[in-house]
Amino acid sequence: MLLTIGSPWLIFLLIVFYFFLLLVVAYFLQQVINGLQLGSVYALIALGYTLVYGIIRLINFAHGDIFMVGAYLGFYAILRFKLPLPIAILFAMVGCAAVAIIIERLAYKPLRNAPRIACLITALGVSLFLENFCSLKFVFGPNYLAYPRPFPVVNFNLGQVTISNIQIIVFFVAIGLMILLELFVSKTKTGMAMRAVAFDKNTAQLMGINVDFIVSITFGIGSALAGAGGVLYGIAYPQINPFMGIMPGLKAFVAAVLGGIGIIPGAMLGAGIMGMVEVLTSAYISSTLRDAIAFLVLLIVLLIKPTGLLGESSIEKV
Amino acid sequence: MIEKSYIKNQTTKIKVILFIIIFYAVLQVLMSTQIINNYWQQIICFAGVMTISALGLNLIYGFTGQFSLGHAAFFGIGAYTSAFIIKTAHFNNTFLLIIGLIAGGIFAGVIAFLIGLPILRLRSDYLGIATLGFGIIMKVIFDNADAVFPVLGGSRGMVGIPQMTNFAWVYLLVFFTVIILRNLINSAPGRALISVREDEIASESVGVNTTKYKTLGFVIGSIFAGVAGGLYAHLYAFLHPQNFDFLKSIDVLLIVVLGGMASISGTIIAAVVWVLILEGLRVVLPEAILDWRLVIYPLLLILIMIFRPGGIFSGKEFKFLHYQEKK
Repeated sequence: MLLTIGSPWLIFLLIVFYFFLLLVVAYFLQQVINGLQLGSVYALIALGYTLVYGIIRLINFAHGDIFMVGAYLGFYAILRFKLPLPIAILFAMVGCAAVAIIIERLAYKPLRNAPRIACLITALGVSLFLENFCSLKFVFGPNYLAYPRPFPVVNFNLGQVTISNIQIIVFFVAIGLMILLELFVSKTKTGMAMRAVAFDKNTAQLMGINVDFIVSITFGIGSALAGAGGVLYGIAYPQINPFMGIMPGLKAFVAAVLGGIGIIPGAMLGAGIMGMVEVLTSAYISSTLRDAIAFLVLLIVLLIKPTGLLGESSIEKV
Repeated sequence: MIEKSYIKNQTTKIKVILFIIIFYAVLQVLMSTQIINNYWQQIICFAGVMTISALGLNLIYGFTGQFSLGHAAFFGIGAYTSAFIIKTAHFNNTFLLIIGLIAGGIFAGVIAFLIGLPILRLRSDYLGIATLGFGIIMKVIFDNADAVFPVLGGSRGMVGIPQMTNFAWVYLLVFFTVIILRNLINSAPGRALISVREDEIASESVGVNTTKYKTLGFVIGSIFAGVAGGLYAHLYAFLHPQNFDFLKSIDVLLIVVLGGMASISGTIIAAVVWVLILEGLRVVLPEAILDWRLVIYPLLLILIMIFRPGGIFSGKEFKFLHYQEKK
C-alpha cells in the first residue's frame, strides 16, 4: 500500500496539505484584516447617519459629501500646512462639524415641520451642491488627487499575514472615536439630552431640552466622525476626488440600516459586516460584483428582519 | 334629453383635444422647418421621456405612497430590453419599435412584480432603501451583462441602436400615459391605491387588499418607466449603465416632488422645466461660469423645498385632468 501510516508519501501529502491550509487560512485572515480596515471607515460614516436619523428621522444624503470635505481638509492640512496626522484629523473633524452645523441651520432647520420628503430632497440638494461646488476650480477642483501620507508605510509580517501601520492606525483611531462617542452619549448630560430627543422630541422639549441645539450638536458630532473617516480613508486608499463620497456614503448608510438605524452599536456591527462582505466578495468571487453582493445582503436582512440586526421590532398601532 | 353639465363636459373635452393637436402641430412645424434645431428636438424628446418615467414614479410614490429610490433600474430594464430586441432582429421598422417598447414595458413590469412581492411589505424609508439596493444591484448587472449577452456591451456601453424615436412617438406616448394614469386614478382600483397611501391599516380594515394594490401601483409605474426607457434607447442610440444609476433615480424623484406629489400636471410641468432648465442654463450662462450650472441647480432645489415644501403644484391639477362625474 502506498498510503499506510508512517509512509513517507502520506507524510509528504500531509505537509503539502498543511502548507496549503496555512496559505488558505492566511489569505482569509489577510482579507479579514482588509475588511476590518474598510469596515472601520464605514463605521465612522455610518454613525453620523444613525445619529441624525435617530434624532430627526432624516436620511441625510449629504453626509457622504461631508466625508469628502473631511478628506480634502485633511489633504490640505497634511500637504500645505504640514500638520502631523493627529492634528490633521482634528482639523478635519472641526471643519466638518462647522460645515454641517451651517448646513443644518440654513437648509434643514426651516424644514423642521415640513413633510419628510421635502427634507429628503433638500438633503439631496445639499449633497449635489457640495459635490459640484467642491468640483469648481477655485475650491477643490474636479480632478483625482493623490493623498499625501504623513509617514512611510511599514508592513509587519506575521507569518503569511501582512499588517501595515496604516491599517493599525485606521482601526485604532476608529475604535477610539467610537468609544469616545459611546461615552459621550451614555455619560454626559448632552448625551442624555440627545437620547431623550431621539426617544420623543416633543416630550424632551417639554422637559426643557433645547431641541434645536441638540439637533445641531448631533449633526456636528456625526460630521466630525465622518471627517475623521475621510482622512483615514484618504491615507488608506490614497486617491480623492469631489465625488468620492457617494458610494462610501451609500454603503455606510446601508450599514447603519443593516445594524438597525438609530442604534449606535448597530452601526458599528453593520459597518463591520459591510466592509467584510465587500472585501471577501472581491477576494473570492469578483470585484465587479462587490456592490451587488453587499446590497443583496442588505435586501435579505431587510426581508428577514426589517428593523435591522439589532433593531427592536415595533408593533404598529392604529 | 342631454343634461347641461354633460354638454359642457363634452365641449371641454373637445377643446382639450383640439389644444393637444394644435400644440403638437405647432411644435412639429417648428421642428420640420428647423426653427427648433435637431439638438433642441432631442432635448424636447428627452423631456417627454422623463415625463413618462416620472409619471410612473408619481403613480408609485405620489398616488400609492410607496417610496421608491430605484426607478432608474426599471427605466434601464426597459431600455436594454427594447434595444436588445431591435438590435438582434437585424432590421428595423415602426412595427418593431412598437414591439420593442411593449416588450421593454412588460419586462420591466414582470421584474417589478417579482421584486415588489417581497419588498413591498417594507414601509416608508425601509422600502426606499430596499429599492435603492435593487437599483444598485441592477446597475451591477447592466455593467456585467456582456458576460451573458455580448450585444448589451456591459460597462463599455451599448452602441449601434437604431435611432427611431421621434417627436411624434414621444408626444403620442406621453398623451397615452397621461390618459391611462388619469383614468386609472379615477377608477375604483385608483381610489384603492390612494387609500393605501392615506392609511394602510384603515384601508385594509375596510376590505382593500393592500398587498394587491401596492403591487399593482408598483408594476404599472414600472411599466411606464420601461416604456420610457425603450424610447430613451432609441432616442440616443447609446446606452451606458451610468445612465441608470442611483443618481438617475434621484432625478426622477426630484421631478415628482418638485412638481408636487400626486399631481399629474405638476409632474408634466416639472419634467419639462427640469430638462429645459438643465439644458437652458448651458445656453444662458457665459462660458466662464458654465461649471456653476450644477451648483445653481441644487441651490434652486433647496430654495424651492424651503419655500414650497409641497412642490410647485402641490396636489392641484389642470382642469381637464379632473374627473367629471357623469350625472
